[in-house]
Amino acid sequence: MGLLAYGDTGWGDELFFATLMTIAVALAAMFIGFFLAAIFASFKLSKNKILNLIGGFYTTVFRGVPELLVIYLFFFGGSGAVMYVARIFGYDGYIEVNAFLTGAFSIGIISGAYSTEVFRGAVQSIDKGQFEASEVLGFKKKIYYYKIIIPQMLRLALPNISNVWQITLKDTSLISVTGLVEIMRQSYIAAGSTRDPLFFYSFAAVLYLLLTFLSLKMFNRLEKNYSKGY
Amino acid sequence: MDLDFAIEHLPRLLKAAKLTIELTLLSLFFGIFVGVFFAILRTGNSKVLYYISYYYSYIFRGTPLLVQIFIIYFGLAQLEWIRESFLWVFLKEPYSCAILAFTLNTGAYSSEIFRSAFETINKGIIEAAEGLGLSKLNTFFKIKLPIAIRQSLPAYGNEMILMLKGTSLASTVTLLDLTGVAKHIISTTFRPVEVFIVAGSIYLLMTFVIHNVIKLLEKKYNYT
Amino acid sequence: MKNKFKLFLSSIAALMILFSSVKADSIRIGTEGAYPPWNAKDESGKLIGFEVELANWLCIYMKADCTLVEQDWDGMIPGLIMRKYDAIMAGMSITDERMKTINFSQGYADEVASLAVMKGSSLEGMDTPKAINLSTGGGAAKKALKTLTAALAGKTIGVQTATIHQNFLESGDVGSVKIRTYKTQDEVNLDLAAGRIDAALAAAVAFTDYAEKSGKPVVLVGPTFSGGAFGNGVGVGIRKDDAALLKKFNAAINQARKNGKISELAIKWFGFDASM
Repeated sequence: MGLLAYGDTGWGDELFFATLMTIAVALAAMFIGFFLAAIFASFKLSKNKILNLIGGFYTTVFRGVPELLVIYLFFFGGSGAVMYVARIFGYDGYIEVNAFLTGAFSIGIISGAYSTEVFRGAVQSIDKGQFEASEVLGFKKKIYYYKIIIPQMLRLALPNISNVWQITLKDTSLISVTGLVEIMRQSYIAAGSTRDPLFFYSFAAVLYLLLTFLSLKMFNRLEKNYSKGY
Repeated sequence: MDLDFAIEHLPRLLKAAKLTIELTLLSLFFGIFVGVFFAILRTGNSKVLYYISYYYSYIFRGTPLLVQIFIIYFGLAQLEWIRESFLWVFLKEPYSCAILAFTLNTGAYSSEIFRSAFETINKGIIEAAEGLGLSKLNTFFKIKLPIAIRQSLPAYGNEMILMLKGTSLASTVTLLDLTGVAKHIISTTFRPVEVFIVAGSIYLLMTFVIHNVIKLLEKKYNYT
Repeated sequence: MKNKFKLFLSSIAALMILFSSVKADSIRIGTEGAYPPWNAKDESGKLIGFEVELANWLCIYMKADCTLVEQDWDGMIPGLIMRKYDAIMAGMSITDERMKTINFSQGYADEVASLAVMKGSSLEGMDTPKAINLSTGGGAAKKALKTLTAALAGKTIGVQTATIHQNFLESGDVGSVKIRTYKTQDEVNLDLAAGRIDAALAAAVAFTDYAEKSGKPVVLVGPTFSGGAFGNGVGVGIRKDDAALLKKFNAAINQARKNGKISELAIKWFGFDASM
């Protein structure tokens, strides 16, 4: 157990911070995903054929192409793209898009593709009668969306959001290839330095199990809370 | 998009896609057996077997595939007794390590899919079959399994696509699959966008094929 | 629509810039941190190694403020071109192929490559000269390559990806061996020790360092290689358009060579004087 000591002699503290990093990237990716999902789900639900097409393209590509390939695109291409845009605005220098952002964006875009489907499914499953009822009651469209559709949608979508979260959490392990020090990368470094890969990868597995277990518990509690009063 | 560049590298990528297809099909093939096996354990009467199956599926679904493949490839090779056992013939090769990791992973997801399919089978049908004098084995193969297959097709189709994407991790254990070669081309030519478009299209084509095969099967197995 | 898309792009860019750091004044040096004893990491995750210390001294001579940036080997040259850092010090040999994309300072250390096997391998005791130089070796080198070709036929050899060692094996100089490429030298060592590959090819010091630290019976076999595909020593990689920095590094390396700093560090990390 000396390998896991906290401080300079062991890897305990490094792995602890790496776990926090994993959680942070997963959360950031999840939020980026929600943001994209809100846009693309509305595209997919819109009556406009072109918007439908764009929405469909997004979900097809990012659910059909391996995560690793998407990460390579952003890792190798990300800084280039940002600098290209910056040059249009007249800034000509190196802009470092840090590993955290690259990771959060690439995982977020994938996560968003799954969330898009979840949001779309949830909206579609809301009873059509409610649209009509709220129109009859004379609700403004905005109010109607914020007060009626979105709360219901969230409740309906919660179990599936939990699934997306699990996928996103596990996908963060792939960011290790870009050098961001999360659980997997830290285990890789520790395994290389101590020449004990079995121990460190197994320990990483335990950490991931712990995270997935705890988040499942949390989602279960949320679901209970949300279903009160229905 | 530089077309010449794409054409220049396309043959290499297509060759690598062959390995991707091979890994996907083999893992799915073995994974079905693993999945059905553990699904049966879950629906059986033994508490011990139930928990074995439960924790198997829990562990493999709760951890990233990357961890699993690293434990199998780098971790197990560290143990002397493994290297001296007959298992080493198998675990020595990155190819079989990858297949093993993918099989166990897809097996865990499939076992859940098949389990819920078995559970939704109407009890009345089983009773009717038994009433007609069908043996337990016959009931299983002639009645339960076909219904379960039909039930699990949509979910299993998704799992197939997830597995196809999962095989990209073979590149982390020295195999040059589609993603591995794409990565190599990116790091030598530094053209991430072009490579992504070409390699990504090949993946999408494969996804498309899987999608349609499942649709076809769904039609074929649709009794209602 | 197009305008909206542009707005979307630029807001993302703005967001990214907000979160990104723009550094211009200091010199950033990219290194791998996984190629001991050239560059590695200690238990606390700190970068150590010959090049890490040498980089510090070179920066002192250049009177520059330097930071070391970690980068995986397979993204090393792209990272330089993308300006993630301004120089590479990562045990990178000066080769014609790399010179097409980037510039190199004069070499600061010479590395010889060697094959390694586990003790007891059939490849031990090959009848070859101690060292061959592919550029100047002439007949003797050719003869040694022939011996190697015969001995290595059908064997699987591990190398780190995108290295001179991979290029050499792919050149066909030792026949058509089975090549297995790895992301890091650590992984090559692990698989060599596990018996997954019959031999490995890398800088000789990478193996002796591993053998010493792991206690595994890894031994060098055959000749040590230099010249030809193995390049002309290890130098600092610098972007083509960065002539000023190249000049600075060359001057600093000169100084470090003359005052014996390179030799001193080489003896400390390699056990012999690898300076050039």
